[in-house]
Amino acid sequence: MATDRLDGTFAALADPTRRAILARLMAGAATVTELAEPFDMSLPAVSKHLKVLERAGLITRGREAQWRPCRLEADPLREVAAWLEGYRRFWEERERRYERLDEYLREAQRKERPGDRQAT
Amino acid sequence: MSDMKVVADPGTQEIVITRSFDAPRELVFKAFTDPEAVRQWWGLNSTETVVDRLEARPGGQWRFVEREGDGNEYGFHGVYHDLEAPERIVYTFEFEGMPGHVLLETIVFEDQDGRTLMTDTSVFQSVGDRDGMLQSGMESGAAESMDRLDDYLAKARG
Repeated sequence: MATDRLDGTFAALADPTRRAILARLMAGAATVTELAEPFDMSLPAVSKHLKVLERAGLITRGREAQWRPCRLEADPLREVAAWLEGYRRFWEERERRYERLDEYLREAQRKERPGDRQAT
Repeated sequence: MSDMKVVADPGTQEIVITRSFDAPRELVFKAFTDPEAVRQWWGLNSTETVVDRLEARPGGQWRFVEREGDGNEYGFHGVYHDLEAPERIVYTFEFEGMPGHVLLETIVFEDQDGRTLMTDTSVFQSVGDRDGMLQSGMESGAAESMDRLDDYLAKARG
């Protein structure tokens, strides 16, 4: 996995406005005007954010001169998810093993209590 | 949620895991050094653990095999460097699927009013080995989660 691309993706994601824009684009393509609506922000300011997202490959823009709708691109997010996934698996697998140890320890202590000992 | 913490500072060769267990440390120590105990808990719910060898003494060898339902087997082995009941175990660890990548693991058990705090420090031979371990299972797991992300994105985009 290209680390510099991951760097670019995380840098682009490190801003709440840009994340909100991506969240909005999850629901489908949108124009700059539509994207600017929920923010107290000028169109040029929103355009700046869109450029960052576009450079990072997180969005693409249509060719239509007037409309130029923005669309979400999955690839960089997929790389971020893949990067996180390894850590999640390591963490979860460890925890699942330790939960089995919890269970063993509980059972072993139960058996040690004289009241629970089976009369044989 | 348990209190497990995983620390892997960037650029280092270590992974440090801490977690507490609701049992006295004599029992926790036994869980790591008694073959029957290891057979019962080591591994995952989907696997069966075979304790091929567990010589709990300095210089002793260990080898555990995890067997999946479909017959796949994963072997792990190493040598005990040091055991001090009930507070410390030091051993080497090698996954047989990746021979040559050996790590040194030190497990320390501290008594906390009848509970046990475990600190498990693994030192790898390289930063790359350490990072590889942190990203373990990535290929199979990532594929699955990518499918889900694709589904989600496909739906989201209409």
